Amino acid sequence: MTRLLARDVTLGYEGRTVARDLSVEIPDDSFTVIVGPNACGKSTLLAALARVLAPQAGAVVLDGAEIASYRSKEVARRLGLLPQTATAPGGITVGDLVARGRYPHQQLLKQWSDDDEVAVAEAMALTNVSDLAPRLVDELSGGQRQRVWLAMALAQETPILLLDEPTTYLDISHQVDVLELCARLHAHHGRTLVAVLHDLNQAARYASHLVALRRGGVVAATGPPGEVLTEELVTDVYGLACRVLPDPETGTPMVVPRRPDWMAGRAVEGAGDGRSVAGG
Amino acid sequence: MNAPLVTGRLLRLGGGRISLRVGPRSVVVGAVAAVVVVVGALLAMTTGSFPLTLTEVAETLVGQGSRSTEFIVLDQRLPRLVLAVGVGAALAVSGAVLQSLSRNALGSPDVIGFTTGASTGALVAIVVLGAGTLGTSLGALVGGLLTALLVVALSAGRGTQGLRMVLIGIGIGAALLAVNSWLITTAQLQTAVDAQAWLLGDLSNRGWPQILALAAVVVVLLPVLFALGRRLALLELGDRPAGALGVDVGRTRTILLLCAVALAAASTAAAGPIPFLALAAPQIARSLTRAATPVLLPSALVGAALLVVSDLAVTRLFQPVPLPVGVATGLIGGLYLVALLVRLWRGSTT
Repeated sequence: MTRLLARDVTLGYEGRTVARDLSVEIPDDSFTVIVGPNACGKSTLLAALARVLAPQAGAVVLDGAEIASYRSKEVARRLGLLPQTATAPGGITVGDLVARGRYPHQQLLKQWSDDDEVAVAEAMALTNVSDLAPRLVDELSGGQRQRVWLAMALAQETPILLLDEPTTYLDISHQVDVLELCARLHAHHGRTLVAVLHDLNQAARYASHLVALRRGGVVAATGPPGEVLTEELVTDVYGLACRVLPDPETGTPMVVPRRPDWMAGRAVEGAGDGRSVAGG
Repeated sequence: MNAPLVTGRLLRLGGGRISLRVGPRSVVVGAVAAVVVVVGALLAMTTGSFPLTLTEVAETLVGQGSRSTEFIVLDQRLPRLVLAVGVGAALAVSGAVLQSLSRNALGSPDVIGFTTGASTGALVAIVVLGAGTLGTSLGALVGGLLTALLVVALSAGRGTQGLRMVLIGIGIGAALLAVNSWLITTAQLQTAVDAQAWLLGDLSNRGWPQILALAAVVVVLLPVLFALGRRLALLELGDRPAGALGVDVGRTRTILLLCAVALAAASTAAAGPIPFLALAAPQIARSLTRAATPVLLPSALVGAALLVVSDLAVTRLFQPVPLPVGVATGLIGGLYLVALLVRLWRGSTT
């Protein structure tokens, strides 16, 4: 049985349907990455899986029961979400923000336990923000801030963690940092991860399971990246002519867009081998 | 142990069954405000055109006073004091909640039209229906609730809900202000004078039934809001992050909004529109506590302290004809807030 799945869900906002009759299963213990063109409903699907958006039809099922039937805090103890847009209140310290991830484990009169302390310390150590604890979130760089939000989601200590474009606004080294961390969480800490990513090569490198969505919220293919990510699929889903080569580092599929005709013979300019522009 | 991860002190009771995180600054600010309320209360009961000793006041309170002290204490000073504390706390908490929900300091009930709407309701009761004090209060209550409903309904939907609510509220408030002026110009002279007096906001001449009604609303709703304080803080992260942390966003927001609106409407019904308190008190509390979260209990105490002190100032400094208390809340609250913000901004830029 799969712990988390969407069954025939119709997703959308008032007056606008993003996906219709969409069914997606998140394999247990997988690092599932959802890819697809802009506005294909990736983030919307993630929001529905996390129960922060109610499907207009169909159901999201968590541990065998419809997710809407759980109490909000119970859901938040089983799955966490790193949303794309979150605002840190002005003047909040890093430690206090991470500590908010413990809310689903706390009660009105039981606001801080030893477990909370341990979970927060661990989450901050994993994301390498322990030293930032007394600093104000306002003062951090984009990369640090993203790690702090991730720490908050980790402090929630949920077996399933959903990440909505965790690498946006980060430079490439910070992107790799975050993805490596996710891969470690998946490999060593036994967490089921679901991430929305834009970069197909990163998706192929880190995912154990890929879900490719077409525009209109239709599943184009699912499976291991090596099987899913083909030239036909990329052309089909993104309308992009490309070649798929093995990543020289990992052997996973790597998408290289084809050179358009008008560029023929120009790309070598500045390549440094002395060949000059021909044709045109 | 290493440096603490989180701010605040941990309060453990009952062998860890109860553990509360409290900000030391919040405790100090709350305690100081409470002391100001108590001292203000003692001054309010004993001083004035008819000075009384504490013993006389105490005797009167337990039913052993003379007829004249009974009149002064039970009919004049005590209702006024209870009203000041209740209205101050109610407006401050209403402001704190609405400012937090709209993520905007301007999102307080007096800026976004709720109080103006309550005034419209009261004016309709006075001018059109010729109602007495009780009818006026009911009118204010209905007017405030309807206006809030309108503003919330118009600003519902996705997107930057907070700013939208503030802007729509300001627009509705401006329109209602015009309606209020028009209502007064259509009235007979004496009615217009009564209406204008009500519009100034005043703590005097309110009967016990109105005061007890407000007290009941405050006693019921404040604890509800205090209990929801942590969820309110999580909502400041955004709807989705809060939802992901286990907050039932829609329901929580509705309850918070309803309680905040009810508090604002009830206090306007009881005392007329008291300007600036709902905006200033939570801001003062938040700056003093330097908290990153809404501080509802300190806000309530600061609001009560502000109104008690303001009322003392207008009644004791301007005898025999006191100024409306709104003049003092505007002056004291406004100037203090400006001073605080100037100091805060100076501090952050240097």
